[in-house]
Amino acid sequence: MVVAMVVVIAARDAAVNAPALSTRGLNKRFGSLVVARDIEFALPQGARYALVGPNGAGKTTLINLITGMLQPDEGRIFLGEDEITSSRPEQRVKRGLVRTFQINTLFPHLSVLEAVTLAVCERRGHGGAWLRRLPAYRDAIDEAYGILGSLMLGNQCYRLTRELAYGQQRLLEIALALATKPRVLLLDEPAAGVPREESAELFTAISSLSQHISVLFIEHDMDIVFRFASRIIVMVGGRILVEGTPGEIAADERVREVYLGKRGHG
Amino acid sequence: MSAALEGLAERYLHLERPTRWRKSEIAFWIATLLPFFLFESYLSLASQVAITALFALSLDLILGYAGIVSLGHAAFFGLGAYAAGLIAKHGWGEPLSGLVMAAALAGVVGYAASFIIARFRHLALIMITLGLGLLLYEAANSASWLTGGADGLQGVRMWPLLGYFKFDLFGFTAYTYSLAVLFLVFLVARRLIHSPFGLSLRGIRENPVRMPAIGAPSHAHIRKIYSISAVMAGMAGALLAQTTSTVSLEALGFQRSADVLVILILGGAGRLYGGILGAIIYMVARDQFSGVNPQYWYFWIGLLLIAVVTLLPNGILGGLAQWTSRWSSRWSSSSRRGTPP
Amino acid sequence: MLASLVGVLFDGFAYGMLLFVLSVGLSVTLGMMNFVNLAHCSFAMLGGYIAVTLMNALAWPFFATLPVAFVAAAAASVVLERALYRRLYRASDLDQCLLTIGIVFVSIASAAYIYGTIQQPVQMPPYLRGSVVFLGVNFAVYRLFLVGTALAITFVLVASLEYTRFGAQVRAAVDNQRMARGLGINVQRTFAITFALGSGLAGLGGALAIEMVGLDPGFAFSFLIYVLIVVSVGGLGSIGGSFAAASLLGISDVAGKYYVPQLGAFLIYLVMVGLLMWRPAGLFGKR
Repeated sequence: MVVAMVVVIAARDAAVNAPALSTRGLNKRFGSLVVARDIEFALPQGARYALVGPNGAGKTTLINLITGMLQPDEGRIFLGEDEITSSRPEQRVKRGLVRTFQINTLFPHLSVLEAVTLAVCERRGHGGAWLRRLPAYRDAIDEAYGILGSLMLGNQCYRLTRELAYGQQRLLEIALALATKPRVLLLDEPAAGVPREESAELFTAISSLSQHISVLFIEHDMDIVFRFASRIIVMVGGRILVEGTPGEIAADERVREVYLGKRGHG
Repeated sequence: MSAALEGLAERYLHLERPTRWRKSEIAFWIATLLPFFLFESYLSLASQVAITALFALSLDLILGYAGIVSLGHAAFFGLGAYAAGLIAKHGWGEPLSGLVMAAALAGVVGYAASFIIARFRHLALIMITLGLGLLLYEAANSASWLTGGADGLQGVRMWPLLGYFKFDLFGFTAYTYSLAVLFLVFLVARRLIHSPFGLSLRGIRENPVRMPAIGAPSHAHIRKIYSISAVMAGMAGALLAQTTSTVSLEALGFQRSADVLVILILGGAGRLYGGILGAIIYMVARDQFSGVNPQYWYFWIGLLLIAVVTLLPNGILGGLAQWTSRWSSRWSSSSRRGTPP
Repeated sequence: MLASLVGVLFDGFAYGMLLFVLSVGLSVTLGMMNFVNLAHCSFAMLGGYIAVTLMNALAWPFFATLPVAFVAAAAASVVLERALYRRLYRASDLDQCLLTIGIVFVSIASAAYIYGTIQQPVQMPPYLRGSVVFLGVNFAVYRLFLVGTALAITFVLVASLEYTRFGAQVRAAVDNQRMARGLGINVQRTFAITFALGSGLAGLGGALAIEMVGLDPGFAFSFLIYVLIVVSVGGLGSIGGSFAAASLLGISDVAGKYYVPQLGAFLIYLVMVGLLMWRPAGLFGKR
């Protein structure tokens, strides 16, 4: 009886302490081109990790593998305790694994409010409901409005997506992801193309996200990375080169060589 | 305090505004009663227009709203037509129940086909829809013991509508019937477009990649709208069979699929009324020029298509919408709100 | 029995070769620019009518009309590309479909207006008529000529793709347009030239088709379906794929009409739908 209780408590602790996202031995190749080699890492709950590396290192590919847009040749992916290696992309989203895109992947002719309301309705299971008009779903609309407000997009929410300034479109990318109530958020270069001054704002918004959300973001600007990440993963040529705190990474010889170009890929 | 209240209501209003009935819409539907008074000799044509409009509306739901390009939609139109015709020919001439049964058959076939349709895009999808339509045509052609083959279905006898209104050459019953069905189906389509499901469909059209990334079951949505569209197309076909008491192979043919596509694009896809407008213009024009050799008719249709695609990509309604928004932005200097769909 | 089987196979293969010449241009340009050109067979029809006019009205020899058909179709495609197609490279599949369907309608109506709707009567030169007997099987001379020509064209195409600089540019542009542009290849120009060559080939195919399947204004549509089947089943941008798919389609069509005539074209469409469902990018396609 006592043994059973200890086992249960241990199991519950393990569940609480299980990393929000982890992979084991992830491999992917296109013919002779290896884009992911033995990728193994763990993202703890509530963490803010950065994924960095030169162009072509395979960072976006890794995100595509984790979210299910690409199928790995080998390896396993876990969301918390659950293995999701064979789940379809929509199912992973339903379980809380959400990503944003490096290039704005938005709905050009929907208004900002419509876009986020769409995401909220889908999450709430109203996506297929056709008997009542959209304005009747006030809770969903309120939630969408709230998300937009938290990202400072409230006063833009009636405009068409295609009319937004680029930086605001990047924020909308994140708003769409937030609307799905993620537990793990993968941000693919959230500040790509955004001018320096605005990207700090964007990251402040990201870092003020709830601690219940674990974040992994790809970023090239090392200033931002050192400011906002608690831990950095460096990828080169499809492999994880090294992983550590900002201080450790800044001091690492190999990382410096990679960025100063002395060493090639892989 | 009142500003806060206004801010509270505005987001609901923003989403509610596009769903309101506009004066032009009400005027349009009242105008559909005109043929009863002004164009009595054209009631048969009017019922044909209504039937074509219903067919175009069904295509708009999958093409204009979900972005599915189909070159074989006449398959469901023809299925509905033959089903209704065969039911009447074999003894059950009651129109309304025949309509329901024919539409149900089209819907079931559409549901089955939707499993295939939902999985493909681009050229493969276009070719598969074309191929399935051609397959059905060939099958119907071969099965002349059932369909009458190239001679068409003979011996379709309809009972009076609601037990009282006979189908005759004047077309009074035909037009009332077709118009009523069109209007009711239109109401359903309108509600659908303005529902969360309609928003999801627009999401699929706007960016199919983003939909699974927000957890949306795109395939399930596509299957649903495709099935609904098949039911509507089947209804249109059944109406044709019942109002004209004949069915021929061309109801299933590629020509009909291509024609309805032209009609929808002409009027403007994704705007709910585009198919109806296109049907009116196309059918009336074809009737006016019916003396002309069909070859030359297609010359002008071809030129029209080229013109529409290069100059008016969103059809007539799209062009009108652009024109009016340009005018209204000249008169007002306030910031632009999102334009309704 | 065996003799008729071989005869059917040969006839089917010859028909397939005709389809290949008609389709290969579309496959390559579709693979390169993803531009859905449904008017491809209108260029074929143009080539056919040019050949007919030259032979009947001006008494040109058949062989002399072939290069003219090629050049005329290529020239027409250049004009259309500059005037219309160029504006729709970034447009949706649907818009491209509709524009080119419009061109098809116009071309059919124009052909009907100028030439009437009956099939054009032509006389092949005497050395192309008749048939030879080999191992007990009848081989029509014209079909042998067709097969020979198509194989020669295939050889030239494959060789130029593999061994010329222009061919390398074409392959790069088909493989990855953005990358090719980044390498300094003028994709626009490469496409324009390829498009002209492909349409020219279609025109040549149209001239070759007169004797085998007859020429009337409906040609632009009736063969479009077969060409689309070849292209979508063979895979966009793949010459080998077009060759295989065209042979397969030609043999199936002739064999089907010979052995199971009641099925008509049903079999072809069924095979196409099935193949596309199994391999949406075509047998040899990339995406």
